[in-house]
Amino acid sequence: MRDTATDEGYVTADGRKIGGVAMEMKNITLRFGGVVAIKDISFDIRWGEVRAIIGPNGAGKSSMLNVISGFYHPQEGEVIYKGYRRPKMRPYQVARTGIARTFQNIALFEGMSVLDNIMTGRLHHMSANLFQQAFWLGKASREEHENREKVEKIIDFLEIQHIRKTPVARLPYGLKKRVELARALAAEPSILLLDEPMAGMNVEEKEDMSRFILDVNDEFGTTTVLIEHDMGVVMDLSDRVVVMDYGKKIGDGTPDEVRNNEEVIKAYLGVAHD
Amino acid sequence: MPDTLLFAMEATLNGLTAGVMYALVALGFVLIFKASGIFNFAQGVMALFAALTLVGFQSGQIPFSHLINAMFGTRLHHFGWNMPTLLAIPATVVVMILLAILVERFILKHLVNQEPIILFMATIGLAYFLEGVGDIMWGAEVKALDVGLPKGMSMAVDEMTFNWFGYGFYIDRLELWAAGIAAILVASLTIFSQYTKQGRALRAVADDHQAALSVGVSLRFIWVLTWSIAGIVALVAGIMWGSKSGVQFSLSLIALKALPVLILGGFTSIPGAIVGGLIIGVGEKLFDFFMQPIIGGATENWFAYMLALVFLLFRPQGLFGERIIERV
Amino acid sequence: MLYREAGDFKTSYVADSQTFPIKFDRYGYYFLLGFAFLVVPLIINDYWANAIVVPFLIYTIAALGLNILIGYCGQLSLGTGAFMAVGAYASYKMMTGFPDLSIIFVIILAGFVTAAVGVLFGLPSLRIKGFYLAVATLAAQFFLIWLFTRQAWFYNYSPTGMISAPTREVFGVPVTGPRASAVSMYMICLCFLVSLAWLARNLTRGTLGRQWMAIRDMDIAAEIIGVNPLMAKLTAFAVSSFFIGISGALLFTVYLGAAEAGEAFGIDKSFLVLFMVIIGGLGSIFGAFAGAAFLIVGPVLLKLLLVNTLGWPTDLAAHLEIMIIGALILVFLILEPHGIAALWRTIKQKLRLWPFPY
Repeated sequence: MRDTATDEGYVTADGRKIGGVAMEMKNITLRFGGVVAIKDISFDIRWGEVRAIIGPNGAGKSSMLNVISGFYHPQEGEVIYKGYRRPKMRPYQVARTGIARTFQNIALFEGMSVLDNIMTGRLHHMSANLFQQAFWLGKASREEHENREKVEKIIDFLEIQHIRKTPVARLPYGLKKRVELARALAAEPSILLLDEPMAGMNVEEKEDMSRFILDVNDEFGTTTVLIEHDMGVVMDLSDRVVVMDYGKKIGDGTPDEVRNNEEVIKAYLGVAHD
Repeated sequence: MPDTLLFAMEATLNGLTAGVMYALVALGFVLIFKASGIFNFAQGVMALFAALTLVGFQSGQIPFSHLINAMFGTRLHHFGWNMPTLLAIPATVVVMILLAILVERFILKHLVNQEPIILFMATIGLAYFLEGVGDIMWGAEVKALDVGLPKGMSMAVDEMTFNWFGYGFYIDRLELWAAGIAAILVASLTIFSQYTKQGRALRAVADDHQAALSVGVSLRFIWVLTWSIAGIVALVAGIMWGSKSGVQFSLSLIALKALPVLILGGFTSIPGAIVGGLIIGVGEKLFDFFMQPIIGGATENWFAYMLALVFLLFRPQGLFGERIIERV
Repeated sequence: MLYREAGDFKTSYVADSQTFPIKFDRYGYYFLLGFAFLVVPLIINDYWANAIVVPFLIYTIAALGLNILIGYCGQLSLGTGAFMAVGAYASYKMMTGFPDLSIIFVIILAGFVTAAVGVLFGLPSLRIKGFYLAVATLAAQFFLIWLFTRQAWFYNYSPTGMISAPTREVFGVPVTGPRASAVSMYMICLCFLVSLAWLARNLTRGTLGRQWMAIRDMDIAAEIIGVNPLMAKLTAFAVSSFFIGISGALLFTVYLGAAEAGEAFGIDKSFLVLFMVIIGGLGSIFGAFAGAAFLIVGPVLLKLLLVNTLGWPTDLAAHLEIMIIGALILVFLILEPHGIAALWRTIKQKLRLWPFPY
């Protein structure tokens, strides 16, 4: 899945291959009425890396993620994805280009079982038409079972076999977060977006989640973009970090570079260290 | 002046007065929606129920007499006295307040935090229940309602328009009164919500449930209050419609007409309810007037809904509603 | 311990995702099917067919359709009556226009016509939600009924404004018109119901069903993970209207024989089917059966008790019925929003442990 970017990537200290540029955000500006949520931000995401976006509350991180996943359309700037400028698309079309995400406030389908929730993640791997489905003809039932097997692998991977058939509404918070990750993974995305995957978790759950994020990246080489509040976690997990404040980018680089950046220390670490 | 134009003008005027009636029902919807986010489908049946109760009190009917007769073989019917209107109206108001308390106690309290669609379906259930109760309590036959409002053709309007155009418009005096009473009702509701403590609490709840709760507003009290006010508005609407065309089941169907009114006006705006009511009233009369020769009559049955449907496609939040921003 | 799943292990995902994973249920289902197809035709008489069984079968089809739209896809519709009318009038026009066309095809085609109309009125659902959409479907209800009562082409300019179904045969047996017997009416409705229930089950267990439920549970999130809301909502409208159209066509051709749109397919029909769905259980195939059975059998029983046994006046019994139905809707929404289907599941859960609950 290498692309047209000039830079061919590198190998990290722990031996993972980081590829060329997968997605490039160019001069993105997003406004809601008079409020500027994102102001002229540019950065790129490389194949195979864990890229973090951090910043204090209201810095515009979630808006940025919403721009990447196509839910918000920026007034200015462009998104270059796999070497091409991405036209204005509906969110479901963006999802079909291989971008999957989780949500800050869990957005699982409460009325469905864990299994069904994860199966929805695979919907664009299934193409049986209405009539094939209605009569459960060849393709429909074959697809269903092939995809079920893929989903079972993810269920095993995330260690949620025991709650397979449980309605999501009955799950505790931490497990819901994990099911949401499973649903996103089921799509076999090129880029995985995680919106505060560890918000509201206790230390143990955070460790579990970190392990899963790293394992996913290791195992499938999935390019991961995550937003996080918890500085420590971010620094351990990510290859490169974008720091935002008041809708502007104030830092971009490896965790070490960012940690030593004057402006970042002033704006983020010094002020809103919680 | 050509006749068509004159007839169209008359249709417009009639539409305006009909629109006031729609607006009256829509007003009840808006009140409840603002305070509790519930789309009260039962508003029309509440108007029917209120009118039935009023007639029942006036004529001294014994409530549930049919049921009692059937169960015990008695022949109860009337108490044998007539209650004066001035006494019957406050008595009906008391009944509507009681109804509000019961609704809060037995329904709303148990449905807090449910999805709007469930609440909506619950009010459909309430509508059926109330309709059944009203029929059993007072009997289902068509009843005449007379609270002493003047009826019949307004000579003043007839004369005035005859002097102007050489053609007298027909307007029912009852409808002129209805317009006046609606105006008074809206004015007093506005004064109530702006200048009284309960009114402020009501607006606070409408604005933000959680915030209102946290400063000590009792949500349950507010619900009883709004449902009581909506009950009183329903009574007024019931009196108007009942005086015009008798108290009967079709009265509850006007509630359905109020839905498109709300779509046009926006669900949270009192002026919107009135303007929406007038637009629909005038619109359906004029549409019928011009289209009848081409596609046949009785277009009033659907015109309002179709108008609302078209409107929804272009401006889902209504004329006065606020724009909805979606978030994740 | 009669009803149990212990020891009934699944060794493949195919076996795990079948319709009745528990053996006992599966046999119960085969037994019911056998009973419905082999025993009932032998014992059914005109009274049972007309009062309970045939209306139950027909309304179950409508309830299945509406349940797909409301229970699975979360789109509220109050236009069921009118969509049934579309099915009825489409079948009438085809029966009179093409007398040689088999009644089976007529009814299926009527379903497709209704599906098309349903999609048309479902288009607003892309922009509007909840009770706003309910108002849009009310537009369908009132406009279509007006169309069928005021535009004479639809009722072939008959002076009464009524439509009446001519006699049509399947394998030489009349199933519509005055000569149709109770058994033939029952059998044609049963065949349609069983096939449609099977289709509904297939549609709701696959990827389409999951897309509908995703839209129902959280439409924005569903779109972001890749559900095309246009496709999901319109297919739900199409499938739902197809079912409802067939139900309307059967109601008119087989059951009523003659109908007038305002009378037979008014807004009260919309509410009746909606109540079946709520009482039976939103988002459940079984719920459609349970709800239809409840609201068809309940009033008959109530009337038997009040009018025939206690001798109460009919109108009083009718009012009591309205009141009870309204109260039941409230009780179900408050205590058990998933209806009889959920109650049934609870009972089965208890049975699984019976007689050793600890």
